[in-house]
Amino acid sequence: MYTIVSAIFLAENIKKIEIEAPRIAKKRKAGQFVMIRVSETGERVPLTIADADPEKGTITLIVQGMGKSTRELNQKKAGDSISDIVGPLGTPSHIENFGTAISIGGGVGTAIAYPTAVALKEAGNYVITINGARSKELVVLEHEMQAVSDEAYITTDDGSYGFHGFVTQKLQELIDSGRRIDYVLAIGPIPMMKAVAEVTRPYNIKTVVSLNPIMIDGTGMCGGCRVTVDNQIKFACVDGPEFDAHLVDFKNLSDRNRVYLPEEKKSEEAFTHKCRIEKQG
Amino acid sequence: MNEKTISNKERLAIPRQKMPAQDPNERVTNFREVNLGYTPELARMEALRCIQCKDPVCIAGCPVNIKIDQFIKMVADGDFLGAAKKIKEDNVLPAICGRVCPQEDQCEKVCVIGKKHEPVAIGHLERFVADYERQTGHVEIPEVKPPTGKKIAIIGSGPAGLSCANDLVRLGHEIVVFEALHELGGVLMYGIPEFRLPKEIVRQELDGLKQMGVSFQTNVVVGRSVTIDELIEEEGFNAVFIGVGAGLPWFMGIPGENLAGVLSANEFLTRVNLMKAYDFPESDTPVFQCKNRNIAVFGGGNTAMDAVRTAKRLGAEHAYIIYRRSEAEMPARHEEIHHAKEEGVEFLLLMNPIAFIGNDQQQLTGVRCLRMELGEPDDSGRRRPVPIEGSEFLLPLDMAVISIGNGSNPLIKQTTPDIEVSKRDTVVVDINTMATSKNMVYAGGDIVTGGATVILAMGAGRTAAKAIHEKLMGESHGFDEW
Ligand SMILES: Cc1cc2nc3c(=O)[nH]c(=O)nc-3n(C[C@H](O)[C@H](O)[C@H](O)COP(=O)(O)OP(=O)(O)OC[C@H]3O[C@@H](n4cnc5c(N)ncnc54)[C@H](O)[C@@H]3O)c2cc1C
Ligand SMILES: Cc1cc2nc3c(=O)[nH]c(=O)nc-3n(C[C@H](O)[C@H](O)[C@H](O)COP(=O)(O)OP(=O)(O)OC[C@H]3O[C@@H](n4cnc5c(N)ncnc54)[C@H](O)[C@@H]3O)c2cc1C
Ligand code: SF4
Ligand code: SF4
Ligand code: FES
Ligand SMILES: [Mg+2]
Repeated sequence: MYTIVSAIFLAENIKKIEIEAPRIAKKRKAGQFVMIRVSETGERVPLTIADADPEKGTITLIVQGMGKSTRELNQKKAGDSISDIVGPLGTPSHIENFGTAISIGGGVGTAIAYPTAVALKEAGNYVITINGARSKELVVLEHEMQAVSDEAYITTDDGSYGFHGFVTQKLQELIDSGRRIDYVLAIGPIPMMKAVAEVTRPYNIKTVVSLNPIMIDGTGMCGGCRVTVDNQIKFACVDGPEFDAHLVDFKNLSDRNRVYLPEEKKSEEAFTHKCRIEKQG
Repeated sequence: MNEKTISNKERLAIPRQKMPAQDPNERVTNFREVNLGYTPELARMEALRCIQCKDPVCIAGCPVNIKIDQFIKMVADGDFLGAAKKIKEDNVLPAICGRVCPQEDQCEKVCVIGKKHEPVAIGHLERFVADYERQTGHVEIPEVKPPTGKKIAIIGSGPAGLSCANDLVRLGHEIVVFEALHELGGVLMYGIPEFRLPKEIVRQELDGLKQMGVSFQTNVVVGRSVTIDELIEEEGFNAVFIGVGAGLPWFMGIPGENLAGVLSANEFLTRVNLMKAYDFPESDTPVFQCKNRNIAVFGGGNTAMDAVRTAKRLGAEHAYIIYRRSEAEMPARHEEIHHAKEEGVEFLLLMNPIAFIGNDQQQLTGVRCLRMELGEPDDSGRRRPVPIEGSEFLLPLDMAVISIGNGSNPLIKQTTPDIEVSKRDTVVVDINTMATSKNMVYAGGDIVTGGATVILAMGAGRTAAKAIHEKLMGESHGFDEW
C-alpha cells in the first residue's frame, strides 16, 4: 500500500495528490509517468509525475476525474492509501537549450506539461507558456507556470479569464508577431494537440506532443498502447509518451481510445450508484 | 495387477489412461480447470505401463532430467509422496510443469513405449503426484541453510526467477525478487489462463518461497525504478539474476493492424487474467465484448490457443484460429489443440491474412485472407506455405488477436549497456553458467532464449543459481544434495 500524504482540489474535479513512493521520487525525470491501481480490483491507470521530492520520498500527481478510476482516486484524502504505484515509466522528455520554447497545456494537460516546462527553463530556454482552460475556474497551476515562464499566457474558451479564445489562436499570434520560435510542446486533449500540430507545421517548428493511448501494463509487455507515428507502430509507454507532433496519426489515436467507451460508462455508472448509496447509508 | 508380478507383455496391454476432463459444453461457460486430474487408481494403472527401462531414455528427453523411471515406479507402488520428493530433486514446480510442459516433444516423445503404443503419460503422472502432495497437506518447506551473508537480486518473478530464488534461498543466501507488475508469477499468472493452470497453484509455490525467507518487491521496474548498477553498488547485492521474460508482441505489419478491435494476445490475456476483466464491472478493467461476436486469433502456438479458448469462454459466436501452415506445423501443445477443437474453436488453416478492414470509425469489420498450399520445405525443414492465386476472400470479424510471438525487452540493454545482447536483443550468456558479459550478473529464461517454455526457464534459473553459489562461496558442495 502507498500512503497519500496530501490531497487538495486545485479546481473542480482536478486534484493534486502527493503520495509516498521513495524509489520513484529519486529517479523520475520530466516527461515520465507512473501506473497506479487504486484498489485490489482497480485498473492500471497512467498518470504523469507532476513533481517529486526525493528527500521526502514523495511524488505529486495532478488528476482530473474522468471516469471510475480517476474519480475514485480523487475521493482519497491525506492518510488514505492506494494499492499500487509503479514507475517512473516512459522515456523522459528530450531536453536541451532550443532557444525559445513554448509549452502549451490544455486543461489537465497543463499539469502534465509543467515538469517539462521546468526542465526547459533549467536548460536555459526562454520559456513561454500558454495554458488553456474552458473557463476561469478550471485554470490550474497558474502561479507555478508563471514562476517557470519568461512569458505566461492564459486562454479561456469563454473569455472569463486571460485571452478569449483557444491556445492555438494565441500561438498563431506569437508566430505572426515574427519572433523566432524554436520548440513547441503541446499537451492536452487530442483535438487540441492536433490543432497545434497544424499551426506549427507550415513553419517547420519542432513540435512535440505527449500521447495518451489506453495503457494496460505500461511497462512494454502488452502492446496495447501502440500509436501510429510516421506510419509505423510505436509503443507509447516505452517509445513515448512524447512524439513528433507532425508525424502522429491523431485520428487513429482518438478512434482507438474510444474502444471501451460503453464499458467505461457502465463502470462509472455503477460507481456513482455505489457512492450515492453509501452517502444515504 | 501388481507391480511385482506383472510382465512386460501385460504392461503393454494396458491402454494409456485418459485424463478426466470437464465436459466441453460445460467448460466453455466457465474458467475452471479443464483437466480434472488422475485418481490414485488411474495413476497407478498408468504407472504400470512403464516397463522400467534399463536405459530410461525418457530422462534425457526432460530438460531438467527428472528421474522419471524412479518416480513412476513409486507411483505404481502407491508411494505417491515418495514420488513427489523424487521429482522435486530435479524440478521445483512439478504441479506446473505436469500441466504445461510440451510433453509430446520432450519426455514422452522418446519414451520407448511410444514406438508401438502410446507413450507413458509422464506429464499426467507428474501432475498427479504434485497435486496429491499438495492436496493431502504434505508439502514440506525445505530446510534453509544458515545465512551466508550474501545478498542476491532476482529480476522478474516468472519461472526462471522463482526457480533461481528457490535454489539460492535454501543455500542460506538473502534473496530479494523485484517484479515490475503488481502481481507475482510472470506468464504463469498473466499469460496462461486459469482453465489450464489454476492460479492457486502458483500462489502456493510463492507462499512456499516466502516461508523460506525470499522477499518480494512488486511494482519495481528494474532499469527504471532502480538500475542493475545501483542494486550492486548502492543496495549491496553481491549478484543479480535477470529473468525478465520476453518483450513486446510482434505484429504482422499488414494494413489495418492499428484498427480498433485488433489487439495482441498479450493485451487480451493480460486484461482477462491479470486484470480479471472476465469479472467486469466488479473488476474495473474492461475487455472487448466477445459475446455473440466473431473473433479470430492469428497464430498457432500455446498463446494463440489460450487466447482463442478465452474468447470462446467470453461468449464468442465464432472463434477462429487462423494459421499460415497446416496443423502438423502448429507449435502449440497437442492437448491444447485437441481441447480447443472440442470446445468448438474453428481452425482455418493454410490461410494468410493480407489486410484488416475497418469502418469509418476505424473499427475492425473483417480480414482479407489468401488461401495457401504447402510447397517445398524451408530452412526450418517445414514445408513453406505458398499463396493460391485468386483465392482471396473476406472473413467478417469483430475482434482480431495477433499471436505471432514476442520480441525482447529492451530495457536492460538500454539501462545496462555493459550487458551484451544479440542482434535480436536477447541477453548473451555462457550456457554452462548463465553468466552474462557483466561480472556477477546472470540471466535465464525467455530473455535469453526468446519465447520458449516454462521448464527451460526453470532449468536456466537453476543453472544460474548453482553458478552464482559457486562463484560467491568458492565451493560446489551443498548444491547437489538436493
Ligand atoms: C502517459 C499518460 C499520462 C497521463 N497523465 C495524466 C495526468 O497526469 N493527469 C490526468 O488526470 N490524466 C492523465 N492521463 C489520462 C488518464 O490516464 C485517464 O484519464 C484515465 O486513465 C481515465 O481513467 P478513468 O477510469 O477515470 O476513466 P474512463 O472513463 O475509464 O476513461 C476516460 C477516457 O480515458 C482514456 N482511458 C481509459 N482507460 C485508460 C487507461 N488505462 N490508460 C490511458 N487512458 C485511458 C480513454 O480515452 C477513455 O475514454 C494520462 C494518460 C497517459 C497515457
Ligand atoms: C499465453 C502463454 C501461454 C504459454 N503456454 C506455455 C505452455 O503451455 N507451456 C510452456 O512450457 N510454456 C508456455 N508459455 C511460455 C512460458 O510461459 C515462458 O517461456 C516462461 O514463462 C518464461 O519464463 P521467464 O521466467 O523467462 O519469464 P516470464 O514468465 O515472462 O516472467 C518474467 C517476469 O519478469 C517481469 N519483468 C519484466 N521486466 C522487468 C523489469 N525490468 N523489472 C522487474 N521485473 C520485470 C515480468 O513482469 C514478468 O513477471 C506460454 C506463454 C504465454 C505468453
Ligand atoms: S518436467 Fe516436463 S519434460 Fe520433464 S518429465 Fe516433467 S513433463 Fe516431462
Ligand atoms: S522410456 Fe518410457 S517406459 Fe522407459 S522408463 Fe521412461 S517412461 Fe518408462
Ligand atoms: S501499455 Fe502495454 S505495452 Fe504499453
Ligand atoms: Mg476506466
